[in-house]
Amino acid sequence: MTLHIDCPWCGRRSVAEFAYGEVPDPPAGLDAGAVAVDRRFFSANPDGPAVERWFHSFGCRRWLTLRRDRSEP
Amino acid sequence: MNEFIETQVALRWTDLKSAYDVVIIGGGGHGLATAYYLATRHGITDVAVLEKGYIGSGNSGRNTTIIRSNYGIGESVRFYQRSLELYAGLEAETGRWLMHAEKGLLWLVHSETGLRTERARVAINQANGVETCLVTPEEVTGICPQIDLDGGGRYPVMGASYQPAAATARHDRVVWALAEGAMAQGAHVHQHTTVTGLQTDGDRVTGVQTDRGPIAAGTVVSAVGGRVSTIAAMAGVRLPVRTHPLQAFVTNHYAPTFAPIVASTELTFYASQTPRGEMLLGAEIEPEPSYSSRSGFDFLEQTAGRALLFLPFLANLRILRQWAGICDMTPDSSPIMGFSGVDGFLLTTGWGTWGFKAIPAGGEQMAELIATDRTPELIAPFSLDRFTGDCLLADAGSSGTQH
Repeated sequence: MTLHIDCPWCGRRSVAEFAYGEVPDPPAGLDAGAVAVDRRFFSANPDGPAVERWFHSFGCRRWLTLRRDRSEP
Repeated sequence: MNEFIETQVALRWTDLKSAYDVVIIGGGGHGLATAYYLATRHGITDVAVLEKGYIGSGNSGRNTTIIRSNYGIGESVRFYQRSLELYAGLEAETGRWLMHAEKGLLWLVHSETGLRTERARVAINQANGVETCLVTPEEVTGICPQIDLDGGGRYPVMGASYQPAAATARHDRVVWALAEGAMAQGAHVHQHTTVTGLQTDGDRVTGVQTDRGPIAAGTVVSAVGGRVSTIAAMAGVRLPVRTHPLQAFVTNHYAPTFAPIVASTELTFYASQTPRGEMLLGAEIEPEPSYSSRSGFDFLEQTAGRALLFLPFLANLRILRQWAGICDMTPDSSPIMGFSGVDGFLLTTGWGTWGFKAIPAGGEQMAELIATDRTPELIAPFSLDRFTGDCLLADAGSSGTQH
């Protein structure tokens, strides 16, 4: 369970200050149409580390890239 | 039926065989219901249900046990209504007391927009033979006198949609009854058996690898909640699923006077009273994907805050327990049932936050699909290829959650 996020500008802050943003991960080798469909609907949904974007809504209001282990208990 | 006179559930545990006609991954409600209906409706009993924990240890044992069919699109109304009807007959069929109780469900409305949404819901429900109706604030008080129609001064109750046939049942008992029924016919259920891989022959799935050895199978069915993306990836199937935790909590006992299930779809919380007298409350999923089943204080604070607007008596109760389940959420908030695109590998997934109510119909329909090798009409719209075929079943407003 994610409780805190280290914002590069503001330091360690409660996750409640941030909004989650997904990074689409379409597999290689798809044509443009299939990529568009994949980005919209599909996901590797890893049970482990994932690269995500987060927006610090109640802070500096900047986007940051976060590597987060989704399997953490 | 009474708890004190019934006999112990007869779960007949068996040795693991090296091959089965059908191997079902996941010993929750959907996996066990599929085995149950395969055995009782189609005489297919060379079946194994593999469960990595104990049966019902996943979302089947973590949900808020609500059974309803007041959905917003015809495909869903018909499917969930079938499930509601099967649930109503399941005690008589299995001979087990499932603590099934028809309670009625109020979906409160606090805005003109909400009223329009519920009016449309009532129309689509009635057109599909489901008796949902609109009720006035006065009628809301008649059904549930504990509701504060002022909504804490912020969210006045302008009415509600009401489904009288909505019910609850004891989730563990549903799981045990289905397991017992399947096992009595000769199906196997193997607990503490983890699937670690799939066996393939060319493009076809031919069995599973487990931590207790390989098992060959004519058909492999994934009835996995939560970690379904991992299992599907073993077959090379990429799913439109994201896994999010959903939390719930119960309070200490309250006089058993809270009759219906009460929810606000606009504020996203729902409440009912368990047969033990606890008030059971749930709300929306965590916004970011995670496989963590921990629960936290933020959720309690938010959900209690919302619930107190309508149910001020809750302020005098104490929270006893909270927990979380990890939900396989789909982009259109509808489940995925049927063929996966890989021969020998079937899916029943995407049960998100709406799976418990669908257990009997999901199992019945998947069993028919397995037995006949054809997709039954009732679940044809829920196929995986709807995402690539632009035939989504968008009904997030009926799922009782958000995002």
